[in-house]
Amino acid sequence: MLWYVLRRLVYILPILFGVSLVCFSLLHLAPGDPMTAVMPEFGSEELIEQIKRSYGFDQPLPVQYFRWLLAVLSGDLGTSIVQDRPVWNELAPALVNTFQLAVFGVAISLVAGIGLGLLAGYTRRLVADRAITTTAIVGVSVPHYWVGLVLIAIFAVSLGWLPAMGKAPPSDAFGFDDVRYMILPAITLALIPTGIIARSVRATVIDVRKHEFVQTLHANGLPQRRIFLHVVKNASPTVLAIIGIQLGHLVGGSILVETVFAWPGTGYLLNNAIATRDLPLLQGTILVLATFFVLLNFLVDLAQPFLDPRMKRH
Amino acid sequence: MTLSDIPVTTGQASGGAEGGRFLNRSVYNAMVDWDLSRADRPSSLIPGLAESWSVDSKDRNLWTFRLRRGVKFHDGSPFTAHDVVWNFDKLTKTDSPQYDRLQARNAANWMVSVDSYRAVDDYTVEVRTKKPNGTLLYEVGVNVFYSSPRQWETLGRDWQKFASEPSGTGPYELVRLVPRNRAELVRNPDYWNKDMMPKHDRMVLRPMPDANTRVSALLSGQVDLVEALPPDAVPRVKAAGMRVSTNVYPHIWPYMVSHLPSSPFSDIRIRKAANLAIDRENLAKFLGGLATPAQGFVTPNHPWFGKPSFKVGYDPDAARKLLGEAGFGKNNPVKIKVTMSAAGSGQMQPLPMNEFIQENFRDVGIDMSLETVDWEALRSRRLAGVEADLNKGVDAINYAYSIQYPVFGLIGQTYHGQNRVKGYNWGHFADAKADQLARACLDEFDADEQDRRLGELHSYLVDQAVWIWVVHDMNPRGLASHVKGFVQAQNWFQDFTRIRIEK
Repeated sequence: MLWYVLRRLVYILPILFGVSLVCFSLLHLAPGDPMTAVMPEFGSEELIEQIKRSYGFDQPLPVQYFRWLLAVLSGDLGTSIVQDRPVWNELAPALVNTFQLAVFGVAISLVAGIGLGLLAGYTRRLVADRAITTTAIVGVSVPHYWVGLVLIAIFAVSLGWLPAMGKAPPSDAFGFDDVRYMILPAITLALIPTGIIARSVRATVIDVRKHEFVQTLHANGLPQRRIFLHVVKNASPTVLAIIGIQLGHLVGGSILVETVFAWPGTGYLLNNAIATRDLPLLQGTILVLATFFVLLNFLVDLAQPFLDPRMKRH
Repeated sequence: MTLSDIPVTTGQASGGAEGGRFLNRSVYNAMVDWDLSRADRPSSLIPGLAESWSVDSKDRNLWTFRLRRGVKFHDGSPFTAHDVVWNFDKLTKTDSPQYDRLQARNAANWMVSVDSYRAVDDYTVEVRTKKPNGTLLYEVGVNVFYSSPRQWETLGRDWQKFASEPSGTGPYELVRLVPRNRAELVRNPDYWNKDMMPKHDRMVLRPMPDANTRVSALLSGQVDLVEALPPDAVPRVKAAGMRVSTNVYPHIWPYMVSHLPSSPFSDIRIRKAANLAIDRENLAKFLGGLATPAQGFVTPNHPWFGKPSFKVGYDPDAARKLLGEAGFGKNNPVKIKVTMSAAGSGQMQPLPMNEFIQENFRDVGIDMSLETVDWEALRSRRLAGVEADLNKGVDAINYAYSIQYPVFGLIGQTYHGQNRVKGYNWGHFADAKADQLARACLDEFDADEQDRRLGELHSYLVDQAVWIWVVHDMNPRGLASHVKGFVQAQNWFQDFTRIRIEK
């Protein structure tokens, strides 16, 4: 098991290095000067040079990259160009906001996705299965920002039940008001993962139920409830892998959903950074999100052998 | 707000005019102010923290500002000439402890002509310019804002902390700042200008870059006022019993054209033909009436309009005639390439507008191809100037512009060669008479006479068809039915203190 963990840990390092390199290169190759957004047109050459120098943009790109990488390794993600605040100060509250939304979204997609998937898997080719499969396909196919706009039009504008946008005013404790603001964006975010999880669970359940051991359990007269638990246990490694990827997507934040709901999370932050060419903020945010994604998948990889001991052999 | 983040709150806001409109003018004051009380005429300059000012009759580089007495920062400390000097140091002296590169950057455009400054006494400031500059009031005057030195000291000389607990002299105090989420401002009960004491207790600023989100927030009652309503939302907002406020302001949606010999626009006949080919009235209707046809950089009621002899309007026959004289026609169209952005500050609805104009041009014999880039890339191209490699083969850029200030709007569009200001006069228009007229504006210190000279310059630039002028934005704002008292001035800035909530 230790060898399994170490091997996967070693895989992570080149992936993260590659992410940092690709992220830095692509951003710097994009058209438009990163300083244009903030550079005063009438400012003296001296001032403009001084500003460029102070952000390190006067150095050749390889030098900029290695300086950035060294700073990142020491925990410094740099300084946002637009707001002149440390990238961490920008990123930390955005991560918290997105994480709150992601947890809510994951809860919805897990409950709905697994529940619907199991139901569909157990009612294969019946009306319930067809209805759930169709709903899941629609959920995956419809642009979720469009669904967000529809939800806003119904529940905020027409019915006035929920806020149309934003996050609740800061308060000392997390309360009902915070939840009210999260309902519509969380449902919107959960739409795609719910569809994917439901379809995966359905397919896995159908597959597992065909296995001989399930027939054997039936033949041995085991109650349906116990057989159901066996099916769930055998289906869980596949489902876990899918959930891990979907959770990564949710924590990464959705640029479109967070922008539609003006939710100040990482997706919104990225959109802002892209629009203003705030390269340090973009680089820092992408790197942290990519690292999170890689680590999450690492944890999923670690968890899978516990659910399916056969994997320890590989 | 249409911005995606709360503008910098320390004194010199980020976010261009919108940052200045919502933050600078709420928490802070400048020495000179805009008269934003009227909607029926372009705004003029009025005293702010300075009660009066003058230029030395012998040494025209020397300005004297006499400050208002009895003004206090939010922290209770008095505002004096020494605070003006402290704030100027904050923006220009890299070795001063209060120097802030962020504010210096945001204010650099306004401090560029300042050579030196000093406090003559507690309420008198002298500012010396590098060259005679009759437009200084539009720069240092209205655009430099004053933060409290005492608050900065109290907060450990830390601008990051100051951003959350700023202290200015303005009508509002910032009581809560949550980046990308909200800024909460409350009325400053000790505000020195009793005429502009806020008529509401609290103003909460919410960033919402997405237009649909702003509309939904307004219609659901979550906010009381939104900026930049999209044209298709106007009927819905009106149907909900809400008000849509519009007015012209110093904004122009033009094509900045290349005057390089390699461009077809180096021929004035083609520039004029393009100006005459656009059906602006129908374009404005197409935009739901949220635009007004342009006849130049500024609207005809503006004091800088002057009396141009070239009438910018829709006359396709005249356009065809001019193109014919230049050797082009419908069967032999002049080919031009225009770079535009899909969105951006003040860009209105660039794609459908450009496609509309593309049809107009085709009708007279101009074949316009469009290249779309994102807003910051377009900004980079404008700043680089037409001669830069990244603008190779481009004959014009579609770039919405502010004509709020004389140098930005008019004077900067004429200077060339060594005098050219980076990013201005994108197309390298080079004309000795225009330069002479521009210099005369800078050399004029009487406000009315300066307006007249700017009118002369404007007339000349229109007669030379230096750009292709299309429309002025009407800056639509949506207001909930209980929002009263808002007057939409013909300005990039607005006075929100007059707003009353009557539920």
